[in-house]
Amino acid sequence: MTHPPKHGGHPHGHDHDHHDHHDHGHHHDSQQPVAPPGYFQLMETVVRELLVEKGLIQPNDIRRAVELMDARTGPARGAKLVARAWLDDEFKARLLADGKAACEEMGFGVGDSKMPADLKVVENTPDTHNVIVCTLCSCYPRFLMGIPPDWYKSRSYRSRVVNEPRKVLQEFGTALPNDVRIVVHDSTADLRYMVLPLRPAGTEGYTEDQLADLITRDALVGVTVVPGPES
Amino acid sequence: MRFKDGDRVAVKAAHPPGHVRTPFYIRGKVGVIEHCCGMFPNPEELAYGRPGLPAIPNYRVRFKQKDVWPDYQGHQDDGICVEIYEHWLEPANQ
Repeated sequence: MTHPPKHGGHPHGHDHDHHDHHDHGHHHDSQQPVAPPGYFQLMETVVRELLVEKGLIQPNDIRRAVELMDARTGPARGAKLVARAWLDDEFKARLLADGKAACEEMGFGVGDSKMPADLKVVENTPDTHNVIVCTLCSCYPRFLMGIPPDWYKSRSYRSRVVNEPRKVLQEFGTALPNDVRIVVHDSTADLRYMVLPLRPAGTEGYTEDQLADLITRDALVGVTVVPGPES
Repeated sequence: MRFKDGDRVAVKAAHPPGHVRTPFYIRGKVGVIEHCCGMFPNPEELAYGRPGLPAIPNYRVRFKQKDVWPDYQGHQDDGICVEIYEHWLEPANQ
């Protein structure tokens, strides 16, 4: 019986390193009792060890998968695609025509097992706003935007945004003019979607990195717009 | 491929058991083929560990919200786009 690696039960790696007990004035981490593993943690350990023992996977495969997952913790790749599309019309045309090919051109997703079968980028215009959802489960372009937020996976968002999108957007603080139409994209199986938001005013002369810094995850889902530099 | 861009199609109002990838709310509704996304192994078969072959066409189908929800309150041109596999679609008239 081997000891499970530290990342075993918690691939998202956000709650383990309690280095910050600075209010105590002394350190006693090593004296704290270790809680017994929970049901799912035990199950994960047992299944993982069986798979390794039977030679179906190697421990390094798990480490590599966790590493890839950790690298996808934010929308940085999606933001970079958008910033480049704002600056380069030819890249934008390629991104809209074949999202997956444009990602590969940027070196995103190559060799990543979470690379979807296809990526569809939908462009916001002054008269059309796009928003994405997966009503059946929680399909999300993780390789571009990281781990989905909890609200994206909630039954409330999934059922309501297809039926009353304007109201849902208002609850996110996004008040669209009444003459802007809304198109909802329901990701049911093999496609993943990302919104290409409108470039905000006041960003003339910005570099690609400066533009990318303005772009938020929620704007790539389409529940909000990219704020201008003044807001 | 049975349908081309711009064709009017109806989603079958069927209710088979299993790992079905066509949302309930869109069944029985009429929309327009926006684009064929290519050929994919049938995900309704893949879910059970079967190969899902031969691959089948997957389409992005665009619907008007007011055709999907009879009491829809928003902009009359609001739309919804759903990916639907070919075996769920039939030609629609008009």
